[in-house]
Order: sequence, then structure tokens, then C-alpha cells
Amino acid sequence: MQTILSLLSGPSLLGAGLLFGILFGLLLHRGGVTDYDVIVNQFLFRDFTVLKVMFTAIAVGGVGVFVLHGQELANLHIKPATMLAVILGAVLFGIGMVVYGYCPGTGIAAIGTGRLDALAGFAGMLVGGIFYALSYDWVAAKILPVADLGKVRLPELVGLPEWTWYAALVAMAATVLALVARVEKSRVV
Amino acid sequence: MKKQRWNPYLVGALIGLLSVLTFSIADKPIGMSTGIAQASGACALPVLGADGVAANSYWAKKAVPQWDYSSLFVVGSLVGSFLSALTSSGFKIITVPEVWRRRFGPSVPKRMVAAFLGGVVILYGARLADGCTSGHGISGSLQLAVSSWTFFLVMFTSGIATAFVLFRRPHS
Repeated sequence: MQTILSLLSGPSLLGAGLLFGILFGLLLHRGGVTDYDVIVNQFLFRDFTVLKVMFTAIAVGGVGVFVLHGQELANLHIKPATMLAVILGAVLFGIGMVVYGYCPGTGIAAIGTGRLDALAGFAGMLVGGIFYALSYDWVAAKILPVADLGKVRLPELVGLPEWTWYAALVAMAATVLALVARVEKSRVV
Repeated sequence: MKKQRWNPYLVGALIGLLSVLTFSIADKPIGMSTGIAQASGACALPVLGADGVAANSYWAKKAVPQWDYSSLFVVGSLVGSFLSALTSSGFKIITVPEVWRRRFGPSVPKRMVAAFLGGVVILYGARLADGCTSGHGISGSLQLAVSSWTFFLVMFTSGIATAFVLFRRPHS
């Protein structure tokens, strides 16, 4: 399916990448998630900024993309559920995120706010990328094919109508955020 | 410090709207780690040479080291946070963050080495899982992808376990 609006190509697509990146970096900084302490304290349940930003973004973006997709104005881009690779990668990612103190996106944005440890971690990320590229043939042969479910979505896995899933997504986000608000309120004495 | 920050729910909603824009206008989800993997290919050029990098199946097919949408998105994020910090007097050189300093002390080399090693591990993990907090956590979760929700839950569990091991001192 060809989307109507996705006809950007060449320089205008490159310009869009730069512009959207600028907006994303600005939002990450204004949201407070370019701060090492905010990120690590999320994993220690001392600060809930990360969950607030992520769940609001998922609910708003989810409904928006669902509506656009229904109008054939947007394509979905589903990453394959190569379950062993996703699980191993996510375990490494969680360890790396706490030791680095940023994720790849907030790390890049944190460099822009003057954080030198984020810059050291960026050098590490470049090395990590090189390691992955050098091991890719082995990973592609031995890890990616294990428990590969393909580009599957939750509505396909459990056969309920699409809209019920999005209603559930919004309800879940609202529940998580309400719980977070209660925990925060109980701590303010 | 607090004044330059916006309401996190507002920021989340705006990131959600930005996702809608990138999906509809550019036909791309928000993502970060592919662009960094492309940059790693560029960094390998002096060592492996252009032929060496081109011969690698990952850099040849999945993360081609070139200026395209994904790599410019990474550059844009750096520029955007820099502009945001400048316009909110939020730019400050920080080497050892407060939470780290309280637990591991003020040593600069110790923090830099840890950040470097954390960076190695996080990007390897992001490439193995085919996404990071942006590509899986936000863009994939909002499309209800099985891969992305798996990533989100496992990553968070792993992060909590790591944080409690590293930062919670046993009560004495």
C-alpha cells in the first residue's frame, strides 16, 4: 500500500529526518529524560518521568497511527518477532541502560546538553555497533531464526477486533499513569 | 532546573503526535539505534577500508553508512537538545551525575569507563533486538507489535534488576 503523504524523497526526505530529529531531541530534553538521574531513578522507582512520557506517547501515537492507517494514510512498520534475539537483546539493553544511564536516543540528546559521560557512552555505542556488524553473519544464522514468529502484531496473535486492542492500550496506559500518580501522592508528606 | 522542564504528559503527547507525523509524512517510525549503527560503519572505514565495510552483510544491507533519513534523525536529535538546552539555560557540562556520584564516588575515569562499557552493551542489545527505547519502546509498542512489547517488558525487568543490584546498598 502506498501512502498518499509518504511521497517525500531525496533531499526533502533527508530534510524531514533532520527536522523530526530536532523536534525529538528538543522534546526529550524538555521532558527531563536526558538526565542520568531521572532515568536510573525510574528503574529504582524513585522517579516516574520515563513511564509518564512513554505511556502517554504510546497511547496518543497508537490511536493516531491506528486512525491514519484505517484511512490508508499511513503504513505500519512492524519489526519481526525473532523472539530469542529480542529477549537476549532486551536483557543486554536493560543492563546497558542502567550502567550507561541513558538509552541510545536520550544519550545522543544528553550529549547536546553538555553531558560528557553520555559522549563516552556514544563512543561505546559505536564500538557496540561494530561488534554487532562483525558478528552479524553468526547471529543471522544461529540466533535470529530461533522462535521467529515473523512481523506479528498482538491483534493477530489473539483474534480480537483491532479497536478493542487500542481501547485496551489506552485503558492500560491510563491505569499505569493513575497508579504512578497514586504512588507519588502517597510519598509526598 | 525544574523550570526548564515541561509537563511529562504534555511531552509524551507531543512525542505521540510527532510519531503520527513521521508515519504519515515520511513513512518512517521514530528510531535511533539504526542511525548509530550506520555511524559505527563509518567509524570502521579507516580500519576495514571501504571494501571491508561494504563486504560486511550488516552494513551492506541493514545499516548502510550514508546520510539518509535515519542517520540525519540522529544528528537532528543532537541539534534539537542542544538548542533546547541553550534556550532554557539548561546547558551544563556534567561528567559524573549525582546518583552515580553518591553510589560510586566522584571519580571521572570510573564514570567514563562505565558509560563507555554501558554504551557497548546497550547498542549491541539494541541491534540484536532490532530496536531501542524509541524504535521498539515507542514506535513498535504503539503499533501493538509482539516484538516491541516483548522488548519493553524484558528490557524493563532487566533494567530494574540491574539497578537494584548496582544502586541499592544492603541495609546495615
